[in-house]
Amino acid sequence: MCLGIPGQIVEITDANRLMALADISGVRREVSVACVATPDLCDLIGEWALIHVGFAMSVIDADEAEKTLEALRGLGEAQETLEAMAEGASALEGTQ
Amino acid sequence: MRYVEEFRDPVAAKAVLAAIETVVQEIGATAEKPVHIMEICGGHTHAIFRYGLDRLTPKGIEFIHGPGCPVCVLPMSRIDECVEIAERPEVIFCTFGDAMRVPGTRKSLMQAKADGADIRMVYSPLDALEIARRNPEREVVFFGLGFETTTPSTALSIQQAAREELRNFSVFCNHITVPPPIKALLDDPHMVLDGFVGPGHVSMVIGTHPYDFIAETYGKPIVVAGFEPLDLLQSVLMVLHQIRDGRAEVENQYARVVPEHGNPVSLAAIEDVYEPRRTFEWRGLGEIDASGLRIRSKYAAFDAEERFGVGYGAGPRLVSEPEGCACGQVMTGRIKPTGCPQYGTGCTPEMPLGALMVSSEGACAAYYQYGATDERLEAVE
Ligand code: SF4
Repeated sequence: MCLGIPGQIVEITDANRLMALADISGVRREVSVACVATPDLCDLIGEWALIHVGFAMSVIDADEAEKTLEALRGLGEAQETLEAMAEGASALEGTQ
Repeated sequence: MRYVEEFRDPVAAKAVLAAIETVVQEIGATAEKPVHIMEICGGHTHAIFRYGLDRLTPKGIEFIHGPGCPVCVLPMSRIDECVEIAERPEVIFCTFGDAMRVPGTRKSLMQAKADGADIRMVYSPLDALEIARRNPEREVVFFGLGFETTTPSTALSIQQAAREELRNFSVFCNHITVPPPIKALLDDPHMVLDGFVGPGHVSMVIGTHPYDFIAETYGKPIVVAGFEPLDLLQSVLMVLHQIRDGRAEVENQYARVVPEHGNPVSLAAIEDVYEPRRTFEWRGLGEIDASGLRIRSKYAAFDAEERFGVGYGAGPRLVSEPEGCACGQVMTGRIKPTGCPQYGTGCTPEMPLGALMVSSEGACAAYYQYGATDERLEAVE
């Protein structure tokens, strides 16, 4: 829960609510970009961000993203986050 | 140094370890007279054990595992209150999965779910918001938990709920802050602490200045660190350099992610939504002044404590910890996990008695998971 995971922002889904689609280790999910918003949100597309419980908290460079992912995989944290994301998706349907 | 080969950059790790060895000798630290370095963040505790950093570094360094795992420091009474809210038939209770197995006096959230309560594990408070939108006839409560890293996400979700005028969404707020418990530990005359490794992702939100008091008032070094093993080793080296040179400063090893002044949007959301509680109870540490946050009255409609009449202000609160549990002593570095009479017998990751065994960031769980295996490996070597 406490460690962020790098994700790449691939699409702005709702500019009013500052929501974007991020690719997190191959899984796509909607995240909030409120904390890293730029005047033109489209500037964020292609950027890497440290994503924490569904919020992009800090823009990082691609090299840092790769190093961080590797460290998180070592800690088992990347897998845990992906599982939590899947749990979250089934929680919406009430199928847990 | 057999574990070093597992590192992404073993050559760099060896060089840093050699430098650490040298400084430890210069300081004159030994197994009998070690320097005590506290890592505050549970993520760091986990990394130290996972990569065997405590075994790689010289005996003259003693790691003290700090109170930086929000699941571990949650008192039983708060779990009891979660269960009380979750068991109401109209409620959908949303929580991070980490909190599911923390024992309460009566039951854990996991047990309450098995008993029929509608408890859902979410990845993000945004999931809870969406559940509220889809279920307008139900009361959706999000269990807001964590340090400054998660605090803004809950605040931004409350602001969003207010904008949408969602009437069926509220937050049971258990957000806590890092600096007050550090101050409490530094004020404890029994604690011996020579320096700190500061939490990287918390600092990404709050910046480095909230730690100034550690250097200025208490004269102790602190280095904000990243999560790679090499980040941690470098940070330990930076702390040791400060100790050797008689300096006490706030240094930032993780500047590639941590801005000196934090994240302005997050800080503004925190300021808008919360105010400090007069006091908040921590498992193992007791009540600490201004260490927890509550939802400001302007957002009272989204405060589950107000809505359900539970929590602070709703009657006597202190619940004693389970018999024989030594979590408090472990968390303040007085004993090692193995020194707890329950360790590995009455308390295991499968059947945790104390919270430090619940989360993989807890010192006891990390010790259990990696410590035992490593000892076996050493035995066959
Ligand atoms: S072994 Fe269990 S009861 Fe003992 S200190 Fe660790 S978590 Fe607490």
